[in-house]
Amino acid sequence: MTAFWALVARDLRLALRQGSDAALVVAFFVLAVVLFPFGVGPEPQLLARIAAGVVWVTALLAALLSLDRLFQQDYEDGSLEVIALAPLPLEAAVLAKCLAHWLTTGLPLAVVGPALAALLRLDGAGYLPLIFAMALGTPSLSLVGAVGASLSLGARRAGVLLSLLVLPLYIPVLIFGVAAVEQAVAGFPIRPHLLILTALLLAALPLAPWAAAAALRPALE
Amino acid sequence: MQRFANPGRFMRLSSRVMPWCGAGASIGLAVGLYLALLVAPPDYQQGEAVRIMFVHVPAAWMASFVYAFLALASAVALIWRHPLADIAAQAAAPLGAGFTLLCLVTGSLWGEPMWGTWWVWDARLTSVLVLFFLYVGYIAVVNGFDDPTRGARAGAVLALVGVVNLPIIKFSVDWWNTLHQPASVFRVGGPTIDRSMLVPLLIMAVAFMLYFATLLMLRMRTAIVASRVRAARLGEIEVIPEPQGGHQAAGSVT
Amino acid sequence: MAWRTACRGIIRAEVPPAEIQTRLVSRSSPSPARLFEGRGLACRRGERLVFENLDFALSSGGALLLTGHNGSGKSSLLRVMAGLTPPLTGALTWDGTGIADDTAAHHARLHFIGHQDALKPVLTVAETLAFCAALRDTAPDHVLPALRKFHLAEFADWPCRVLSAGQRRRLALARLVASPAPLWLLDEPSTGLDEASTQDLLAAIAGHRAESGMVAIATHLPLPIPGAAPLSLEKFAPRRSAA
Repeated sequence: MTAFWALVARDLRLALRQGSDAALVVAFFVLAVVLFPFGVGPEPQLLARIAAGVVWVTALLAALLSLDRLFQQDYEDGSLEVIALAPLPLEAAVLAKCLAHWLTTGLPLAVVGPALAALLRLDGAGYLPLIFAMALGTPSLSLVGAVGASLSLGARRAGVLLSLLVLPLYIPVLIFGVAAVEQAVAGFPIRPHLLILTALLLAALPLAPWAAAAALRPALE
Repeated sequence: MQRFANPGRFMRLSSRVMPWCGAGASIGLAVGLYLALLVAPPDYQQGEAVRIMFVHVPAAWMASFVYAFLALASAVALIWRHPLADIAAQAAAPLGAGFTLLCLVTGSLWGEPMWGTWWVWDARLTSVLVLFFLYVGYIAVVNGFDDPTRGARAGAVLALVGVVNLPIIKFSVDWWNTLHQPASVFRVGGPTIDRSMLVPLLIMAVAFMLYFATLLMLRMRTAIVASRVRAARLGEIEVIPEPQGGHQAAGSVT
Repeated sequence: MAWRTACRGIIRAEVPPAEIQTRLVSRSSPSPARLFEGRGLACRRGERLVFENLDFALSSGGALLLTGHNGSGKSSLLRVMAGLTPPLTGALTWDGTGIADDTAAHHARLHFIGHQDALKPVLTVAETLAFCAALRDTAPDHVLPALRKFHLAEFADWPCRVLSAGQRRRLALARLVASPAPLWLLDEPSTGLDEASTQDLLAAIAGHRAESGMVAIATHLPLPIPGAAPLSLEKFAPRRSAA
């Protein structure tokens, strides 16, 4: 287990020292959400109606932007090779990197999300569900994103390819994440949606590292 | 070690089988379309528009079937590293994407008179759209690397990851309250569709399957010959000696 | 060997955890002879067959020197030995058991130093080595001795971005002694090293072999390794088909 936490610690240390990375992701998130009132007009009912969807979609896109630093830099300077040659199973290494990625990307997005929803005049009943849904959904985004990042590693147009691969796989999280908030605003129970988000996370926890490791091995040959 | 250079059995088998499949597909399509467009009765509710079903439904079946084939071939490629498995998967992908696109377009054309809308975001349509993106993503990944073996491996992993979409497509009309019609052929309890419509439908389905088989074999044969040419260029396999020149020994191609 | 006594002195002066003491004891007591073998290996890079029908045997205290022109497959063979690239045919065995049966154990018993240095600009020298040791479940006690061996101890708190090319190479090589492993696979290790640093490297290799370690080195620069078995990759190049 020392190796696992050492890898998490190293990734956290790197993210902290190259602090601009995480800050840029949150900055993009804020800017993109702020564009919507300019685009669709400042009418409060309209903004409140689209608030949940806008916050979720821009969080998805912000998470997508941060995925290239998951494996790309380690791959380019040879650190990924060192990690792959450690006794730690590659699947566990991927999980460690996803955890660090979530702590430095997903968690800040989940914290800032409700504030942005307030900017868009989301109904009061929607905030707690939004926090829960984002807390449950953002780890899945990191995990599924790791699969896409590992598949597109070393490809010619890795960034665009990554978006093409990852966005369809993000759709279930998006559907249920938004549904949780909108159902809460409408007064319906949200437990089923949160349960499905949890199920998606629990399914992604073993499957995503396994798939990502399977995709990383040919990259390291 | 030129495993990819001579999958002889497949080449021999496909050269014999392909003409029959091609003929079968042509006849099947001709008969099926004749029955579908001229002989089958109009639906009591939908009228003549129901005839789109004879293209839409087999296309939908093929879209899912080809993806299952793709996933199976990818699993074989990853686990046993059989060289034909990669070739089969890559040959099938554009065909599957074509069937999915056909399904989506004919569905849209059918939906307009029936539901009053070209598109609706229900579970069945969304999951088939995701299937289309999975096909496109697979083709993009396979072609996105300078090293073709790397692209093949990455594509195989993606194909297996996307398999979760297949049960969602199949059961979406049961699990969610959707606008799309529930299953009427492949269901417990037998088909609920009338025989006069079922027969042309099944003929079209068989014709589509034979069409897929023909094109698949054609694409695989082309891919195998292309890889032989590449290997010959790298000097790894014998080049068949020129007929004129008699004792011209087989040698490497520089 | 003065450095070994010095290391032991430094480490014993602190209070090491029992784990490290056990490691030290097992390092200095004679370990049974190990055999790392490859039979009938063939390797493909991209669509090109690089070598075929290659056999090698490496035992404790032994050294294998891989030579050959560029593209002959020296790096490929090292990667096959490390288990990064699966061989097209053939088998690799450690003490008779195939390495594919237990990849984690195989990784635990080797160090692979490739062309890249695997250094992060914002991490310090000491942090980099401590991370590499922790990845291999080793306590960071060997980090400072490892830095001393390659004369990097005075740069321990410098961030990696200010290191010169030679210093980066020395830091990459310091990984070898920061955590123990019986098998060393080195790909062009002396590239970019000056005379003194090359001597440090040779001393490390000699010390490793004296402790029943084994090493396989790919190099096109002359490296005086006493008793090294040469392996020329050109002998195993794929034969062009002839009449």
